[in-house]
Amino acid sequence: MTYTVRKFDAVIVGAGGAGLRAAIQLSEAGYKTAVLTKVFPTRSHTVAAQGGVAASLGNSEEDHWHWHMYDTVKGSDWLGDQDAIEFMCRKANEVVVELEHYGMPFDRLDNGKIYQRPFGGHMSNFGEKPVRRSCAAADRTGHAMLHAMYQRNVKVNTQFFVEWQALDLVRDAEGDVLGVTAMDMETGEIVVFHAKATIFATGGAGRIYYSSTNAFINTGDGVGMAARAGIPLEDMEFWQFHPTGVAGAGVLITEGVRGEGGILRNSDGERFMERYAPNAKDLASRDVVSRAMTTEINEGRGCGPNKDFVLLDITHLPPETIMKRLPGIHEIGIQFAGVDCLKEPLPVVPTCHYQMGGIPTNYLGQVVVPKGGNQSEPVHGFYAAGECACASVHGANRLGTNSLLDLLVFGKSAGETAVNDLRASVKAHKPLAQEAIARTLARVDRLNNQKDGADVHETRLAMQRTMQKHAGVFRFKDMLAEGVKRIDEIAGQVAQTQIKDKSMVFNTARIEALELDNLIEVAKATIVSANARTESRGAHVRDDAIDTPETPDGRDDRNWLKHTLWYREGNRLDYKPVQMKPMSVDTIELKKRAY
Amino acid sequence: MNRLVVGAGYGLKDWLAQRVTGVVMAVFTLIMFAAALGGAMASREAWQAFMSNGFIRFLSFLFIVSLCWHAWVGVRDIWMDYLNSAALRLFLHVMTLLALVGYAGWAIQIIWRL
Amino acid sequence: MTNANRTVQFKIYRYDPDQDAKPYMQDISVELDSTARKLLDAMGKLKAQDDSISFRRACREGGCGSDAMNINGKNGLACLTAMDSFPAGKPIVLRPLPGLPVIRDLIVDMTQFFKQYNSIKPYLINNDPPPERERLQSPEDREELNGLYECILCACCTTSCPSFWWNPDKFVGPAGLLAAYRYIADTRDQAANERLDNLEDPYRLFRCHTIMNCVDVCPKGLNPTKAIGKIKEMMVRRAI
Ligand SMILES: Cc1cc2nc3c(=O)[nH]c(=O)nc-3n(C[C@H](O)[C@H](O)[C@H](O)COP(=O)(O)OP(=O)(O)OC[C@H]3O[C@@H](n4cnc5c(N)ncnc54)[C@H](O)[C@@H]3O)c2cc1C
Ligand code: SF4
Ligand code: SF4
Ligand code: FES
Repeated sequence: MTYTVRKFDAVIVGAGGAGLRAAIQLSEAGYKTAVLTKVFPTRSHTVAAQGGVAASLGNSEEDHWHWHMYDTVKGSDWLGDQDAIEFMCRKANEVVVELEHYGMPFDRLDNGKIYQRPFGGHMSNFGEKPVRRSCAAADRTGHAMLHAMYQRNVKVNTQFFVEWQALDLVRDAEGDVLGVTAMDMETGEIVVFHAKATIFATGGAGRIYYSSTNAFINTGDGVGMAARAGIPLEDMEFWQFHPTGVAGAGVLITEGVRGEGGILRNSDGERFMERYAPNAKDLASRDVVSRAMTTEINEGRGCGPNKDFVLLDITHLPPETIMKRLPGIHEIGIQFAGVDCLKEPLPVVPTCHYQMGGIPTNYLGQVVVPKGGNQSEPVHGFYAAGECACASVHGANRLGTNSLLDLLVFGKSAGETAVNDLRASVKAHKPLAQEAIARTLARVDRLNNQKDGADVHETRLAMQRTMQKHAGVFRFKDMLAEGVKRIDEIAGQVAQTQIKDKSMVFNTARIEALELDNLIEVAKATIVSANARTESRGAHVRDDAIDTPETPDGRDDRNWLKHTLWYREGNRLDYKPVQMKPMSVDTIELKKRAY
Repeated sequence: MNRLVVGAGYGLKDWLAQRVTGVVMAVFTLIMFAAALGGAMASREAWQAFMSNGFIRFLSFLFIVSLCWHAWVGVRDIWMDYLNSAALRLFLHVMTLLALVGYAGWAIQIIWRL
Repeated sequence: MTNANRTVQFKIYRYDPDQDAKPYMQDISVELDSTARKLLDAMGKLKAQDDSISFRRACREGGCGSDAMNINGKNGLACLTAMDSFPAGKPIVLRPLPGLPVIRDLIVDMTQFFKQYNSIKPYLINNDPPPERERLQSPEDREELNGLYECILCACCTTSCPSFWWNPDKFVGPAGLLAAYRYIADTRDQAANERLDNLEDPYRLFRCHTIMNCVDVCPKGLNPTKAIGKIKEMMVRRAI
């Protein structure tokens, strides 16, 4: 197997929201940058985001970044790093306005300013009552944003490598990152992208679960590559289950529906959220709503012949509002639920949606690892942003609309930091480490020559079913322990997958097999981390973590107020403290989380 | 060199011309229809009298010019779609143009001689 | 709702330049249960059966534009095409989008399509120094962009347009023209004049002969012909 080497100042892997935002920074600074993406940029999954992007613009009512920060810390169940959260909330207005200047078609208020809608967990005055903070373009915010940023990149002449799949991170003996190996999907050619700065923005890995709102391409490639290269993964036990995925199809119904006045009902027609969250009701934080729904279903108050979903009702809203603010939802209802939401409620269930954990970074977008006594030592030449990274601003549970904000803020800061580092370094490229390239060649060779191996489709399905059953909305001690074993067995099969198609030309079977290598790393990290964390926090809820005065709702701050770090080598865990000190304001003190 | 240059600057003019000449032809056809129904084609004499009317002569002139102009844009588009050689295109464009001008003159002569 | 297990016949365009001298149509059938609601679900089952069948897919919800193909003679997205919309008993015929070079099976080379898209300068041009806050736009002005900005660049329209088949290098095509009008119509954009100049050419815009194939196939219900008409109208208004 042969390969060629190409040199760039910077290589960005991923052209979703985070990758495109970083690319703007580098292209504008004039650095020779390669942006690799396995799908055409506007096909990245950011396109699917519906509800909006958070910023305390205060266009409809008073708002403040400090309130936003409070909500985010509380939403994270205090696992988020408060310095990064302050940074993000303070930057929000700037990056959203910038996006508007790029041409983003936000909806407008009568006074011409950006339209804002309420969203779950976003409150005014430190948790008092819901506030309008989500800046939206109908229910197609992600689409509008992704296209606006792609278009901006066209303007600044960014060099894209479309339908190139990155395979492995290249690190040298000192641990410095020197680029990636990648395959041109159209020809099967392997190229080493040798760079002084490498930015990962590969998105999430929602496809480790059977039922997911994520695209087929969300296979955690960046996270898998980092893990194989010895970078630990942070807080991987935390997965957000979105309350409202279309039952059976998994397609998302935005929380914006509840923001516009939608109501969840059980089989008795009861607005059950009033019992679980008397204040915020249907707009409580996502983990809270998902659990309430699961409880309703488990207690027999689900709807439909199998009593396995609840209903999201908007029939009381004026049809004009629905068609103006939620036209895409109307379409999705008809396409994927066979329901006209103007007339009938939509069948919904909690569905895997977002990966809170990922590659550990700081607020500058640098990838950080524990090294020689320092808990967070930046890795030379390596940056990450977006869903694949863990800054960590979402902690144990992300608030809706904070992810698009995360892409903008940390995509930009990763790009800026890379630009600054490139400016500061006069050095030429460090020489390439041969072993890292050997790893890629060995993987591809193995796959091409595997005999009597496991079927990719079946193996992936087994992994997804196991994750769904053993590490879902509610987690059980015994199930988790058994799940760890099952996933370990499946990992053994993944190491021996076989494909029948051996063509060099656009071989999607090979692409999927290589993706599975990454998915399984994410699955392992998730279930091992979840098994070890014996408390309930945010999206991670266990049956054996009980509600006591010291551990409210099972949250055990004395033992578990810390970030998990999972190392692939030896399937080993380590922990690091949560950054409780913000940049300029006072710490937001620990409190029981109630909505 | 295989560079594509755009901006010939006459797209709108031709497009408009096609619409306008189309309308002229449609109007003329309608008038002829009406005339036929009204008996203008009942006999050779009636027909001659009708065609020697100054206004009708003017209209028929317009019709012929429109027809040729319309045909020019249409035929040229066909050459542009199917031929790649610029020299051949230019040659055919010129030939088409000359032929159409010739036809127009000839047709007008015939009609006005009626 | 579709009934339980049934066998569905397919006729699929196959071509792998690595192995095949020339393209051929393959007959293949698959057993489907009630979870296969959309064509893309069924194709996933097909791929599990024969991993060499190649097509693009990503979002599976009609948002990304990856899985555009020619389905029973008409361009569309596999993920939005319901299985029960097919007449029973007849094979489902799948071909790549027409008018673009085939890379493999149902995967086409979209270079030309995106080249045309890029040629209309698909980004906001405003040379005033950016204000501190957002540029203002009234809800009415914003409404002008509805039906334009939602395009997912799937190319269903452009590859169904005969004018594009003849002049893929010179005619911008419906998707590109829709994007051109999206910026012409944006009150924040200052380059409407240059944008019109860029299209004032016998090919780029005026090769559209209002055949309306594009409107017929757009999976997002957009109307490129209407946008094209508006551009022409603006040109006329500018000229007189
Ligand atoms: C249905 C849905 C709705 C959502 N709605 C909202 C919302 O309203 N508000 C909000 O804030 N958040 C929302 N989210 C979350 C948010 O959209 C995502 O977290 C975010 O878009 C992720 O962006 P990203 O840039 O990190 O990754 P993505 O957009 O997923 O992009 C990943 C990129 O990496 C590339 N890539 C991946 N692997 C490789 C590889 N091996 N080689 C080369 N390239 C590779 C891909 O091609 C792609 O370009 C939603 C998520 C979903 C699923
Ligand atoms: S209306 Fe114009 S753009 Fe649309 S298919 Fe017809 S010729 Fe093509
Ligand atoms: S206009 Fe419609 S058919 Fe054409 S590319 Fe856009 S979404 Fe696809
Ligand atoms: S898979 Fe995204 S549009 Fe069909």
